[in-house]
Amino acid sequence: MEYLFRFLAGGIVVSTFAVLGDVLRPKSFAGLFGAAPSVALATLSLTLWKEGSDYVSIEGRSMILGALALAAYSLLVCQLLMRARWSALAATTTAILPWLAIALGSKQLFLG
Amino acid sequence: MVVRVKWSAFKQSRWYEYVLRFVLGGLATTLAEGVANGFGPEAGGLFLAFPAIFCASATLIEKHERERKQRLGLSGYRRGIDAAALDAAGAGLGSIGLALFGLGVCLLAPTLAIGSLVLGSVAWLAVSVSLWRLRRELRFVK
Repeated sequence: MEYLFRFLAGGIVVSTFAVLGDVLRPKSFAGLFGAAPSVALATLSLTLWKEGSDYVSIEGRSMILGALALAAYSLLVCQLLMRARWSALAATTTAILPWLAIALGSKQLFLG
Repeated sequence: MVVRVKWSAFKQSRWYEYVLRFVLGGLATTLAEGVANGFGPEAGGLFLAFPAIFCASATLIEKHERERKQRLGLSGYRRGIDAAALDAAGAGLGSIGLALFGLGVCLLAPTLAIGSLVLGSVAWLAVSVSLWRLRRELRFVK
């Protein structure tokens, strides 16, 4: 039941930010909403209520590393599109592997 | 160029595209929770910045832009890819703001609880928009 509630909350928040990204122009500005804290807001507000603020603080700390991995991911996707002329689907799905490697590697390195 | 709202963009999207993003958003949220439950909050926190939604958004942007050009009798292939690349560049700047969101939550959650999420969101928006403006200014100077 809790997972269903989280699924609905995540879907609503993410869709709201996605619609904002759809209607805003120029496109480079709309792209900012591709890295909006939508999943974080849905997850952390429910976690705050269930697990408490210390737990949320720990999640926030490792989220910094996830976000920096997302910056590297976006840069890689941009290069694959502009230089290699890959399709958006191919570039965004392939770059997930480096995101995982950077996120998990930096967590291991900095947080143990 | 100033930021503006283009309401006609709603007409380009089909109902199943909204459903797709809703489902992906829900799945990304449950994935983050599942990882936190299975491997602890440090691993779960990483997945709060998982790029699941970005795959769908960039693909839809490419498709919409290509279709728009095809209606004018052009192939639209290059234009679609360029539009998706611009979106990715914006997401790169937004990710720096997202890291600041995480830092704000990490530092403020023990004292401000839900207020840390509000302040973190404000920090994300302020930093992302400032970096976007700075990038534009630098481009014009060049």
